Amino acid sequence: MAQHQVNYASSAGLPIALTSVDKLVNWGRSNSLWPLTYGLACCAIEMMASGASRYDFDRMGTIFRASPRQADVMILAGTLSKKHSEFARRLYDQMTEPKWVISMGSCANTGGMFNTYATVQGVDRIIPVDIYLPGCAPRPETLQYAMMMLQKKIRRESADMKKNTKQDLTTQTGKRARLI
Amino acid sequence: MRKYIPKDNVQKKAYYTDRYHVVPTVPQSKVDEGSYFAGVLNALGNTVTESSVQLGQLVIHIAPEDNFKVMKTLKETCGYTQCSEQSAVDYLAKDNEFELFWQLLNVGVAKRVRVHCRLANGAAIESIEPLFKSANFAEREMFDMFGIKVNNHPFLKRILMPDDWEGHPLLKTYPLHGDEFASWYEVDKIFGKEYRDIIGPENRDPAKIDIEDTKRFSRVGYEVPFGAEYNAEEETDIEYSETALVNYNKKTSKQLDERR
Ligand code: SF4
Repeated sequence: MAQHQVNYASSAGLPIALTSVDKLVNWGRSNSLWPLTYGLACCAIEMMASGASRYDFDRMGTIFRASPRQADVMILAGTLSKKHSEFARRLYDQMTEPKWVISMGSCANTGGMFNTYATVQGVDRIIPVDIYLPGCAPRPETLQYAMMMLQKKIRRESADMKKNTKQDLTTQTGKRARLI
Repeated sequence: MRKYIPKDNVQKKAYYTDRYHVVPTVPQSKVDEGSYFAGVLNALGNTVTESSVQLGQLVIHIAPEDNFKVMKTLKETCGYTQCSEQSAVDYLAKDNEFELFWQLLNVGVAKRVRVHCRLANGAAIESIEPLFKSANFAEREMFDMFGIKVNNHPFLKRILMPDDWEGHPLLKTYPLHGDEFASWYEVDKIFGKEYRDIIGPENRDPAKIDIEDTKRFSRVGYEVPFGAEYNAEEETDIEYSETALVNYNKKTSKQLDERR
């Protein structure tokens, strides 16, 4: 008769870990978020600072990629002008699924102080946004915090991207559209 | 709260007027005989209709047809080799004219000259790009922002706004928030006109609150779960929170109470 009972659900003493596929996949996804190197205005300077040695994004597995095909996060850092909106959307479309978007700074969130004819009044008019990061400009710590929030969000999601709802663009009339 | 002022026509009228404001005028003086600028005026001859010295700079007015000739003389005879600035001012409402100006610099003697001319609405000006390469972009900008046509320009197209843009933004009649074309530009271009209804108009009011939108706003005392239907008057007695960030940490506070 066994002298002691083995608790298979705990990792004590045994080289196993029990998890679900969702958790495993999301663990992998959330810990290697590769953002697109995509700076639009002054916020981009803070984004560069976050990537450089002092704040060091690399320790979170976040490495900036220069091609949308290799990136899975788009950080919209700065003022999106109407002339450029088409290309921002094209870069977003070129990114492979799964992909997430962080809107960094007041300009990207709402148009910010540029309440003019030439600025897109909030990038969520053209791209579904996961994390809105307030500030003008947000400090590098804030961007890192946003990245951590995004990781949290990813860990909550289903590994099957089709099940995840993308942000709805809610209009004033209450209609909703999915712009994936 | 601040008093609410309707903002519909705010572009059309001055919303702030200072009773004690005096428009500053730049002191003007005549061109002294025998000075350096007198020599410049001599070289230009009778193309100059008006001349003065302001802040140590020569300011001359010319007819719009003469601009290339004047610039050529200034560059080749008087040594003004740099065109540092060139643009226009919209006086359409007042005189149905634009005022064009060129700012030239003579590096050798450190003297500047500003050349003005009045151009009727719809008329074209001669390009000075063969003389000053900087005029290439400046003239394109002038065309982009005011719609002033430039003859014999090597590549006259919009420089700042997209090529398919409608309107000229620096005209005083152009609204700051853009006309209808401008406000739907990105939606029309990316998704097509039929998405206008779905995406909705731009929100230009930074203080806008939509109480029926339970995704972005919550009301104290009337909290509902994220995205729930708006229910007019259903007061909640507990504060509702489902964000992971706000953790009221009830357990620890209880422990603290017990320890006390
Ligand atoms: S939010 Fe501020 S810092 Fe960021 S792009 Fe806009 S103006 Fe620049």
